[in-house]
Amino acid sequence: MEIIKTRKTYDAVIIGSGAGSGMSANILAENGLNVAIIEAGPFFDPAQNQYRSQLRPAWESPRRGASTPLRNFGDWDAAYGGWNIEGEPYTKEEGTDFWWFRSRMLGGRTNHWGRISLRFGPLDFKRNDIDGLGDNWPIGYDEIKPFYDRVDKIIGVFGSKEGIYNEPDGFFLPPPKPRLHEMYYIKGARKAGIPVIPSRLSILTKRLNSDRGVCFYCRQCNRACQIYADFSSGSCLIFPAQKGTGRVDLFVNAMARKVITNKEGKATGVSYINKENGTEQVINGKVIVMGASACSTARILLNSKSTQHPNGLGNSSGVMGRYLHDSTGADRMALIPDLMNRKTYNEDGVGGLHVYTPWWLNDAKLDFPRGYHFEIWGGLGHPSYGTGFNVSDLNSYIGGTVGGYGDKLRDDMKKFYGSTIGISMRGESVPQYDNYCSIDPNKVDQWGIPVLKFNYRWTEYEYKQAKHAQDMMEEVLTSAGGIMIGDKPGEDRGYGLTAPGQIIHEVGTTRMGDDPKRSVTNKWSQLHDCENVFIVDAGTFVSQADKNPTWTILALSMRASEYVVDQLKKQNI
Amino acid sequence: MNRRDSIKTMLLGALGSSMIINGCAPDGSNRRRLQDVYDFSSYGRTPEEKARDQKIFNDNFFTDHEFETVAVLCDLILPSNASAGSASDAFVPEFIDFAVKEWPNQQEGFREGIAWLDTYSSAKNGKDFIFAKHEDQITILDDIAYPDKATKETEAGVEFFNQIRNFTLTGYYTTQMGWDDLGYVGNRPNIWDGVPEDVLKEHGMEYEAEWLAKCIDQSKRDITAEWDEDGNLLT
Repeated sequence: MEIIKTRKTYDAVIIGSGAGSGMSANILAENGLNVAIIEAGPFFDPAQNQYRSQLRPAWESPRRGASTPLRNFGDWDAAYGGWNIEGEPYTKEEGTDFWWFRSRMLGGRTNHWGRISLRFGPLDFKRNDIDGLGDNWPIGYDEIKPFYDRVDKIIGVFGSKEGIYNEPDGFFLPPPKPRLHEMYYIKGARKAGIPVIPSRLSILTKRLNSDRGVCFYCRQCNRACQIYADFSSGSCLIFPAQKGTGRVDLFVNAMARKVITNKEGKATGVSYINKENGTEQVINGKVIVMGASACSTARILLNSKSTQHPNGLGNSSGVMGRYLHDSTGADRMALIPDLMNRKTYNEDGVGGLHVYTPWWLNDAKLDFPRGYHFEIWGGLGHPSYGTGFNVSDLNSYIGGTVGGYGDKLRDDMKKFYGSTIGISMRGESVPQYDNYCSIDPNKVDQWGIPVLKFNYRWTEYEYKQAKHAQDMMEEVLTSAGGIMIGDKPGEDRGYGLTAPGQIIHEVGTTRMGDDPKRSVTNKWSQLHDCENVFIVDAGTFVSQADKNPTWTILALSMRASEYVVDQLKKQNI
Repeated sequence: MNRRDSIKTMLLGALGSSMIINGCAPDGSNRRRLQDVYDFSSYGRTPEEKARDQKIFNDNFFTDHEFETVAVLCDLILPSNASAGSASDAFVPEFIDFAVKEWPNQQEGFREGIAWLDTYSSAKNGKDFIFAKHEDQITILDDIAYPDKATKETEAGVEFFNQIRNFTLTGYYTTQMGWDDLGYVGNRPNIWDGVPEDVLKEHGMEYEAEWLAKCIDQSKRDITAEWDEDGNLLT
């Protein structure tokens, strides 16, 4: 294969364009560095009509918004790709399970994510001190707080000051009022004795700056916002950095193969496949910033073997790929008879929940470590593919007749529209040395690059946590006046615990730590083994809390990127 | 074929005269398709997605007889009433024609279900389902439309009816006509400022003052956010 080399040497080459990469590009370019971003997928900008799915009604899609192999979360979802990408397989060790969601496009998964933007709290960085499991982070909340504060102000997040110790407050925009199903949830939560507070989402309910619009309440943040009223890496970090500094070059459809190192073991650049013509190219940089996602970054580094780095770049410890962990998840749904035959009105609201329940039992003695939070869904949603499927079956919960046709069916549709509410539990798992991804020696992707093999099993901790959550979900939903739909999953169904990877919060593959024998990066997200390579995705997480990872990715990336600037100035790297 | 002609065709079909549809080529190549009803040329697709759509558009699954049976069934499941059009007014048959190509795992159910229905109808009325009298079609529907009443003889029919009922409902309620029937009025820019007062009252709910105090004052949404150093919003 012909290898083309670009003549220019960038100050920094960033692999990937999601949350961590976007923040890094923004900070580095603002500080005068010339930056290249290598993204494996195509360009994407939701403001341009050719990419837009926001506000398209169901019938503009021939499958009415259903999923396809090319867009697993449906035609209107902004994430290209999904659990499987043709030509880019991954494998699993027999008897283990892992689901890997990849989105190949500018901005990556930030284009469709739930925008739930929770800070990790003081306890979340030191869980080992509390339960003796896993490891503490090498940093604490106080060290990252100033970066969270700045992320709040630069990107915008709504929420409310609540003064809950492990759910730190920030610089919030005001939250939207609860919707009707959320009022029922509040009622149920109060009755069950658990807290409920306004949600915290990175959606602009109020003007933040002149570049971005203010939310117009279509509930479609997963489609990516054409007026940039929600956070996506492209629209809020990369485009502004390009326009503001002129120092960010974008290489799309560029699939990173490996980081190149010299005789001294220092990184000099990145080789990548130009997907448009199949050639392999090299781009040179003084600093390499890895933001390809926890598993993709591990894959690229493990594939970057050299004489100086025989186990892969940054893997002298042998822990790269290990401690891979995802959030736990479980869901439950109920029919609220009081919500049947309800009056309809525009109840779209923001994309996602207006209220949520943070973990409330940090001080309790339980038979499992660590906690979870509840996310709430329901309401008069956008009818798309799947609407009406088995709608008449709901009659069985209220003594009505199942089945039929004609006006009886139309009546069923109206009777049950917006009458159900659901809870999703999302919790913290305990990172395990034995849960990992590694290079599969027997398989390559369509570009000839060795692929990842996953080996992941939940432990008793996660099953017990799910069991607890199942009990609580039932209590809250019945307290809200609900009739539970479907059977409660017991031990035989693993208490409804989602498969590893399915919550798409995979983290921990290149964890940070003070001990180079037990971690991949130092507390500045810098490889112990190679001083000019940094990791700005969730690979560096020592543990992931029950919180969604994005806000912490952004804060850590900002911190690491300013450290890069500082170290370059001091000529330390 | 325009929409009015198509409705006429459906009516003829429902009345037992299938002359017009049977005049089409047996492979369905002259039949109106979903892509003839809606413009799918530009709905934010990648080149790979466009190519995949095109392949499905060019495919064919239903025979004309099967398609006609689907159309008759759709309109028995959702006939028009005083306030809303029928399934075929909302082009549900064309949607199902697309759906069985998009999801090949649905094909066997439809093909065998339609064959079962014709066998059942022939045994009862000496005719394929679509040629039976309207009241005879309704009698058959009553045998297969209620899962709790399924017998060994009708269970295959009940299963098929569940399938086509699901696709009819989803095909109908994902159109403007279906949205209007359901009362869905979202998918447009607006400013959410809470549940309407009369709805709250009806449900015996009210917003707590303490909670409301935290929420956005929509009259200030366009004023740029500024905070004090403790994170208190000043604007």
